[in-house]
Amino acid sequence: MSEKPEKLISKKGLRLDGRKPDELRPIKIEVGILSNADGSAYIEQGKNKILAAAFGPKEMHPKHLSLPDRMVLRCRYHMAPFSVQERKSPAPSRREIELSKVIRESIEPSLFVEYYPRTGVDIFIEVLQADGGTRGASITAASLALADAGIPMRDLVVACAAGKVDDTVVLDLMDTEDKVGVADVPVAVMPNLNAVTLLQMDGILTPEEFEKALNLAMEGCKKIYDLQKEALKTRYMTVKQEEEVEE
Amino acid sequence: MSSLITRVRLKQIEQLMDKGKRLDGRGLGDYREIKIEQGVIEKAEGSARVLLGKTEVLVGVKVETGEPFPDMPNNGVLTVNAELVPLASPSFEPGPPDENSIELARIVDRGIRESEAINTEKLCIEPGKKVFVVFVDIYVLNHDGNLIDASALAAVAALLNMKMPNYEVEDGEVKIKQGYTPLPMKAHPITVTLGKINNKLIVDPWLEEEQAMDSRLSMAINDEGNICAIQKGGAGYFTPQQILEASKIAQKKVAELRKKMDW
Amino acid sequence: MPIFFEKKQLVTPGELLAEGDYLAGENAYAEDNKIYASRIGLADYDHKKVNVVALRAIYFPKVGDMVIGTILEVGFNGWTVDIKAPYTALLRASDVLSRPFKPQNDELSQVLNGGDLIVAKIASYDRAHDPQLTVGEPGLGKITRGQIIKVTPTKVPRVIGRKGSMISIIKQETGCQIILGLNGVILVTGKNPEDEELAMMAIQKIEEESHTSGLTDRVTQFLKKEKAKREENKNE
Repeated sequence: MSEKPEKLISKKGLRLDGRKPDELRPIKIEVGILSNADGSAYIEQGKNKILAAAFGPKEMHPKHLSLPDRMVLRCRYHMAPFSVQERKSPAPSRREIELSKVIRESIEPSLFVEYYPRTGVDIFIEVLQADGGTRGASITAASLALADAGIPMRDLVVACAAGKVDDTVVLDLMDTEDKVGVADVPVAVMPNLNAVTLLQMDGILTPEEFEKALNLAMEGCKKIYDLQKEALKTRYMTVKQEEEVEE
Repeated sequence: MSSLITRVRLKQIEQLMDKGKRLDGRGLGDYREIKIEQGVIEKAEGSARVLLGKTEVLVGVKVETGEPFPDMPNNGVLTVNAELVPLASPSFEPGPPDENSIELARIVDRGIRESEAINTEKLCIEPGKKVFVVFVDIYVLNHDGNLIDASALAAVAALLNMKMPNYEVEDGEVKIKQGYTPLPMKAHPITVTLGKINNKLIVDPWLEEEQAMDSRLSMAINDEGNICAIQKGGAGYFTPQQILEASKIAQKKVAELRKKMDW
Repeated sequence: MPIFFEKKQLVTPGELLAEGDYLAGENAYAEDNKIYASRIGLADYDHKKVNVVALRAIYFPKVGDMVIGTILEVGFNGWTVDIKAPYTALLRASDVLSRPFKPQNDELSQVLNGGDLIVAKIASYDRAHDPQLTVGEPGLGKITRGQIIKVTPTKVPRVIGRKGSMISIIKQETGCQIILGLNGVILVTGKNPEDEELAMMAIQKIEEESHTSGLTDRVTQFLKKEKAKREENKNE
C-alpha cells in the first residue's frame, strides 16, 4: 500500500516535500463560510482540509448537562470516511474521542465561561482530508469559529506540531513524517498570554530535544496566529474592497 | 477541575501550598506511598495491583493469538484498555468507555509503546499470519487521585509479570503447549503526573487536589531518562517555563522511583 | 501610559489595546495592568475606558429592552419564546389575557400559536432564571403583517443612525414601517412584499458595512438605484 521512505531529510537538509526543517506548510484560512452555523471557519494546511463550526451559546439539551454558573463546552472531532488513504469507518474511534477531549480542553481556557451560565456551546470539527497535524489545524479553525460566533474570549487559540525526523527537529509534520519519524509534539497556545493549552508528545526525545521542539512549535504557532487574525479581519473587510472595485 | 470542592477547602489547599505543604503532610514534590503486588490474578497471563495512597488499580494481561496488522506483518499486537469501574468512585457511571477511560488507556499505551518496553517482534509466531495479541486491561478499583501514574505503574508491573504460552507450529497450525516463558522487557517507562494549583506545581495529585487544580501534565520517561510521552489535561494552561520546570521535576522523580522499585 | 490602537481600528480577540491606568469597557477585559479585546470589533476609548464595538456579538437580555420574538411552544400557562438569545424567554398567559386565566376553559394556542411573532419587553431576568416577557404595554403584542430580519445586536444603533438619520431614509425610500428589537430582530412592514424586501436589503447592507464610513450616503444611493431598477423592470 505505501512504501516507507528511507530518509526523511535529504543531504541538502530538505524534507520530502521540499521544506526546510523550520518551515510551515502552505496555509489558507477562511472565516464565516457556513450560513447555518453561528460561527465557522475552514482551514487548509498542506493537504489537510478541515471545517469547524460553532453553535451557541444556547440552552443545553438535555438540561441536566448544563451548569448553573457557567457555560459548558462540547466538542466533536470527526474524520470523514474518505479523509484518509484507507477508508475510515464513520463510527467515532478511540483516537477521535481522545482528540475531541484534548481539543475541547485546549479551547476552554480561552473562553469566558462565566458570562453565560446554564448554556452550552457546541463545536463540530470535520476533517475532510487528513495529512498529519489535524488536531493543530482543527484547534486553529475551531477558535476562529467561536470568534466568528461572537463568543467572548481571552485570545484566539492557535496550534501546530513540531517533532523529530531522522536526527533533526522539524516544524509542522506531515503524515509520513509523523508515522515514520522519531517524535511528534502538538502544541496549542494563546499567544498574547503565553499560555500553552494543549501539549502532547509521543516518540522519544531527550529533554533538550523536547525543549527545542516546544520552542519551534511556539514559533510556528505565532506565525499561524498572524494568519488567523488576518482571516478573521478579512471576513469583515471584503465588503469595503468590493465597494472600491465597483466604483 | 470540578466544582465539587468548597471555596474554604480550596483556600486551605492554596495557603498550605504557599508554605510548601499539602493537606496530607506531603511536600509539593512527594509521592504518596506506593505498594506493588504482582501475579495477583492466576488466570491472567500477567497481573499487578498498585496502591498509590488509596488509589487502587488492577491490571490484568491476557495473551491470545491473532493476525498481525497488514502494515506490520512481523510484529505482534499490544492493546491497552481501561475501565473506570463504577464502584471505584461515585462519579463513574456504568456503560461503554467514556472519554476519560479512553484518554487514560491511550496515555498508558503511549508510554509503553513509544519506549518499546515490549519487543513486539518477539510476539511474532508466523510472519504475516499469526502473532500473539497482548491485551493489557486496566481496572481502576478505587479513585483517590492520579489514576494515570497508578495505572502506568500497574501496567508495566503486569507486563513484567507476564508469561507467554509455549507453542509449536505443526503442519502450518499453531499448537499451544504446556508451560510458559517470561517475556523479557526492553524498557521500564515510568509516568509522572503534576497538577497545577494557583500557578504552583505539585506531584501526584490526590482526589481533592484534582478537584482544585486547573490542569495536569503527565510525562512518561524511559530508562535512559528520555521522554516518550506527554499529555496535558484539564481546562487550564501552562506557561512554557512551567512546562520545562515540570520536565525537570519529572526526571528527578522518575530517577527516585526507579531506584525504589529497582526497575 | 500607552494606548496601542487608533480610534475605530479593527481589532481581534486577545489583541493588546492598552497598558496602564485604564478600565476595560465593552468587549474588553483587564489582566495584569493590560487591557485586551475579547471580541472582534472597532476599538475606541473614552477618557480612561477602552471599548470595542463588536462586529459580532450575542444578545444578552436586559430588563426593559424591547425585543421581537417567535413563539416556540404553547405550554400549560404560557408560551416559550425564541428571542435569539442564549436563553429562551417565557410569556405568561396571565400577562396576555386581560382577565384571570382558567386552564380548563382558555385555549392558549388560539391566542398565540407556535410560529407567531410578537413584540415584547423584558420584564425580568437574572442569572438563575430565563427572561420573562410582557406584552402589557401599548405597541406590544402579536405581529400580524411584515417580515423579520436578524442583525448582530450591536449594529441596531447603526440601523437607527445618528439622530435617526439612517432609519428615516429607509422609511422614506421604501414607505415601510420599521420596528427595531434590541435583540437584533427587526420587523419591516410595508404596503407590499417588494417594498419590504427593499428595506431588508438596505438593512442587510448596513449590517455588512457597519464599520465603514459614509454609509448613510451609500445606503441612500443604493435604495435610489434599486428603486430605479425596479421601475425599469416594470416598464419593460
